Amino acid sequence: MEKKYTKDYTLTELMAVAAAREIHDKEIVFVGTGLPMLGAMLAQNTHAPNLVIIFQAGTTDSRLANLPMSVGDARVMRQASTAAGLFEIFATVLQAGHVDVGFLSGAQIDKFGNINATSIGDYHNPTVRLTGSGGSGDIACLAKRTVIIARHEKRRFPEKVDYITSPGWIDGPEGREKAGLHWGGPSAIVTTMGILRFEDKTKEPYLASYHPGVKIQWIKENTEFKLDTSKAVETEKPTEEEIQILQNIVDPERIFIG
Amino acid sequence: MSEKIISLQEAVEKIPDSAHIALGGFTTQRHPMAFVYEMIRNKKRDLHLYGPSPGGDFDILIGAGCVKRVELAYEADEAFNTIGSRLRKAIEKNEIEWEDYSNFGMVLRFTAGAMGLPFLPTRTMFGSDMLTKEGFNRCVRQKNHRIASEKFHVMECPFTDEKILLLPAINVDYCILHAQKVGKDGTVRIYGQNYADIQQALGAKKIIVTCEEIVEEDELRESPEQNQIPFFRVNYIVRVPYGAHPYSCFRYYDYDPEQISLYHKKARSDEGFKEYLDEFVHGVKNHQEYLEKIGGEKKIKKLIADPELGYVKNLKRRL
Repeated sequence: MEKKYTKDYTLTELMAVAAAREIHDKEIVFVGTGLPMLGAMLAQNTHAPNLVIIFQAGTTDSRLANLPMSVGDARVMRQASTAAGLFEIFATVLQAGHVDVGFLSGAQIDKFGNINATSIGDYHNPTVRLTGSGGSGDIACLAKRTVIIARHEKRRFPEKVDYITSPGWIDGPEGREKAGLHWGGPSAIVTTMGILRFEDKTKEPYLASYHPGVKIQWIKENTEFKLDTSKAVETEKPTEEEIQILQNIVDPERIFIG
Repeated sequence: MSEKIISLQEAVEKIPDSAHIALGGFTTQRHPMAFVYEMIRNKKRDLHLYGPSPGGDFDILIGAGCVKRVELAYEADEAFNTIGSRLRKAIEKNEIEWEDYSNFGMVLRFTAGAMGLPFLPTRTMFGSDMLTKEGFNRCVRQKNHRIASEKFHVMECPFTDEKILLLPAINVDYCILHAQKVGKDGTVRIYGQNYADIQQALGAKKIIVTCEEIVEEDELRESPEQNQIPFFRVNYIVRVPYGAHPYSCFRYYDYDPEQISLYHKKARSDEGFKEYLDEFVHGVKNHQEYLEKIGGEKKIKKLIADPELGYVKNLKRRL
């Protein structure tokens, strides 16, 4: 069937669609509240019907009828395969190597996809204290790959983050192995302006696509580190079906799509 | 009547200043809030709090000046408010001491404590600044025997030669958790996700359980596989219906988006926070008066869970 693209979508919807397309069928995905949840549920309702969604507070394969405000929310209990606690999810699902993809976000993201969600400025005397790792540091270490969601602003994309909460490629291709991490790493950064990916060998970031209506120049101006933009194409637009599913099935109460 | 069953006031009186404490629940769920408010009214000081992902329970204790140190991974009410304002301010102004771990790191530390071990090994946190930056001063670690002598330790695995991270156990003085049902002798039944409650409790020297209902032991012993904590580990039981409000208690009531939003709006400024505390904590004598203050029966009715879903189906969560 030919895809029917639409022009009628919001930025949040476009990002949710982009996030969904980072997920493959039959994968086990570790999500938090907000946009990653929209992406995972959209994927489950389109190309990835056998996707398994894991919430860190203790459930596997929830069948959500109402979107949760928290990963520990009663809403994630609905028709889940199992429900226990953080230990079962982190130790026996994540650390044991069963999570294919995890979603992450933070206040700062650097060129190697390292994320700061802890503090801006000096750790002991921060100018801004953020919320801390939660499970994101664990997901960054132990998921087979990660997808980062971010607002694209210059101050949020520095050369180096002030504090690595969630390690990406750390300082290059051998960074993770040297640190003691034997698998994983970020595969994409879905931003408010485009999608960044990493070169296989060097782990240098490049612009894979820019969102419809966004100029490459704007992305360069809003990124502190050097970004190869030579391979960038326009981000694939959402289809009518994807937007319809997001609005009517995934988030009819408009909790996160607004 | 079981000697373990005491009043909220009596239970709070057990907690000395400077106690090391873990509170049950996760972000916006099942925190022992009635106990927290009573601790504030009783002016507890210099508490050392531990938890993976607390929410407004830690935040209001920090804001009220009850806390000296925290060891945690996260402190916020997730989609309701992505940072606890009082934690933020206390850290930015260096009013408390803090140590950052990940959620898994904290859970493992509680698990080690529950197992009677000094530490547990893990593969997490490598490559993160959680392993390069330390919040607690080295002198504090050396002088205070209640705090682990090292934040963490990295060693070569004796079996595989790979690098492995060891995290120190947590054994708190008191774990306070809020459960749905407790038997008269102390058997604990938690419905829904148990977060880190079980490990936190089993590693504690003493366990205080506040609960929605105290029931006959026999009722819980009909399905022992559904119980989480054996009666002989529980020291005190306190019946406090709606004791987790404004947070949720699976199958009993949902979180209260109006009250949570009001807290976060107020907690952004020192004056606002003081107003909230004066009105909802100091301005009421006990939990019964608190429930009247937040809207009484009319409000509670709106939050009662759908028996099939365990939450309120069409609860307005974005205000």
